[in-house]
Amino acid sequence: MWEALDILTQANFWAATIRIATPLIFGVLGALLCERAGVLNLGIEGIFVAGAMSGWLAVYLGLPLWGGVVVAALVGSLFGLVHGVLTVPLGLSQHVTGIGVTLLATSMAYFGYRVAFPNVATPPRIEPFAPLDVPLIGDLPFIGPILAQQTGFTVLAFACVGVLAFVLARTPLGLALRAVGDNPEAVEAQGLSVVALRIGAVMAGSALMALGGAFLTLSAFNAFYFGMINGRGWVCIALTVFASWRPGKALLGALLFGALDAYQLRIQTIAGGVVPSQIFLMLPYIFSIAALVLVARRADYPRALMKPYFKGQR
Amino acid sequence: MIRFVPRTRTPVWLSVAVSIGAGLAALALTAIPLALTGAPVFTAFALMAQGAAGNGFALAETLTRATPLIFTGLAAAVAFRAKLWNIGAEGQLYAGALATVALGAGLIEAPSYVLVPLVLIGAALAGAVLLLVPVLFKTRFGADEVVVTLLLNFIVLLFVQMMLEGPMKDEMALGWPQSAPVLDEATLPKLVSGWRLHGGLVLAILAAVLLHVFITRTVWGFRIRAVGENARAARYAGLPVGKAMALVGLLSGGLAGLAGASEVAGLKGYLTADLSPGFGYAGIVVATLANLSPLGVIPAALFVAGVFVGADSMSRAIGVSNYLADLVVAFALLSVLVGGLLTRFRIVFVRRGTA
Repeated sequence: MWEALDILTQANFWAATIRIATPLIFGVLGALLCERAGVLNLGIEGIFVAGAMSGWLAVYLGLPLWGGVVVAALVGSLFGLVHGVLTVPLGLSQHVTGIGVTLLATSMAYFGYRVAFPNVATPPRIEPFAPLDVPLIGDLPFIGPILAQQTGFTVLAFACVGVLAFVLARTPLGLALRAVGDNPEAVEAQGLSVVALRIGAVMAGSALMALGGAFLTLSAFNAFYFGMINGRGWVCIALTVFASWRPGKALLGALLFGALDAYQLRIQTIAGGVVPSQIFLMLPYIFSIAALVLVARRADYPRALMKPYFKGQR
Repeated sequence: MIRFVPRTRTPVWLSVAVSIGAGLAALALTAIPLALTGAPVFTAFALMAQGAAGNGFALAETLTRATPLIFTGLAAAVAFRAKLWNIGAEGQLYAGALATVALGAGLIEAPSYVLVPLVLIGAALAGAVLLLVPVLFKTRFGADEVVVTLLLNFIVLLFVQMMLEGPMKDEMALGWPQSAPVLDEATLPKLVSGWRLHGGLVLAILAAVLLHVFITRTVWGFRIRAVGENARAARYAGLPVGKAMALVGLLSGGLAGLAGASEVAGLKGYLTADLSPGFGYAGIVVATLANLSPLGVIPAALFVAGVFVGADSMSRAIGVSNYLADLVVAFALLSVLVGGLLTRFRIVFVRRGTA
């Protein structure tokens, strides 16, 4: 019993919470950016895979770590362009197109990996991001050791929360992006292009999603594995509703999820043998569904979400 | 200047042409990454075609692979008709497979004319109940069924692993997590002795025909289509939208559950956690390629199955990764979506200024 509570006092637990939350922060930010502009992007799961694979491969082939981050973002935005073109000007089903983008991005990543490494027994590795070694912060009591374990990639995630919150709430671009997901007619009336804004938002959002994948291969781990995304993208879609499409709440939701996941990993070792490990592994998914169901009633979906817009047609 | 003019009705030949065109476009698009890897493109495709349908054995293998895809394709088709976005066929398939083992691996001993129907009904119910949960979450709480069905896939797979390491573990299987084999009385008959082709294919085709009749010829079929076309209008017209949705959920989940039963009782004989290499997700592609028509699901499933079987064979011959098949399937889905515009709109070229 005390062991179960004791976990909460361990610096390692909180460090793991942040580490697990980081890719989700990117993913939820990306998903909410797309959805704020009116486009559901179910390509997220595949874009995570593509970001994880391409960022890692770029570093493996000799680029610096931050170069890998840029490559992942570019690859993500390309898949975003595919999703954007198919769903915005062509107005195709956002559900089915998103699944299609997930299948395409996943199979391209897997196929590309197999082409690059036809027969390897153990996945090749890279030298991942090292923990930040900031002298003063590391010496702080309790939070010092937690923060000292994080990498620059995590700092980027937290910075993205601030930047996206600021852009959405305080800038003309943010106003236009929010309007295009709520009332595209009004945006068109202002002389702005609904198509350009939506495609731009989906590309930027997809780039963020890809960073979530790249974090896994460049910072959390040092190699690319098949099946390593394992539903993280879908979890982000649930957390986006939970976060009411706000960057600050997205951070909160991702951290909450990270804490739960880190906790179940640790409690497994305590309760090991008595309760099957799969019960604990199910918890994050059950939590995501519960979060979605709880907030669904009063969820304030962007009003034009999943509604294609055609110029001059109401 | 190009304009899209909505069609009031789509000729059948056009739908068929679009689906075939999408399949060809998918192969053409896949040729690009294939060529980039330096592989011989035409040899690879020729080997794929040969591996999928080059001889009787290859064809039987394609038909065997198509069997679960027909079921999951039908599951997606009936759900998407009603705009119920069931992306959980993978989980429902495993629920059906679990029920098959639970009922057919010794719990009940009965002659096959009792046990086979019992197993099939049990599997269909398991899949149906699993989908009913997200449908109720949707109609009661407004929770998006896409995310719930997707996440349930992961939960069900973990549950399967738990059962295979626990209560359902076959003690004779030398530590490998697999279930006890289903009884001979619960096994679907082989269609040709010595080949893997089994009675599940007959059931799958029967299901497609029945679903076609149900959707096009019955009152509830009409209601389901009406709900899919415009749920608000259907509600305004006094149609029982909630009941129609629940019925769609039961049908779609049940069909996916049957895919699991057919794989376990027809092909594998026991359950492992890698029973399905994504049949549930591929069903979405099959249904979309079929333009959501139950009868169209059969050729669409054959195409997708042929791509997978052909790619395996090609991969063995010249060493190009069989993930090429996934690439073809993904391109096929996106191509048929774009091609679908042709079935819904007429494209009219208008000279600028005259419009």
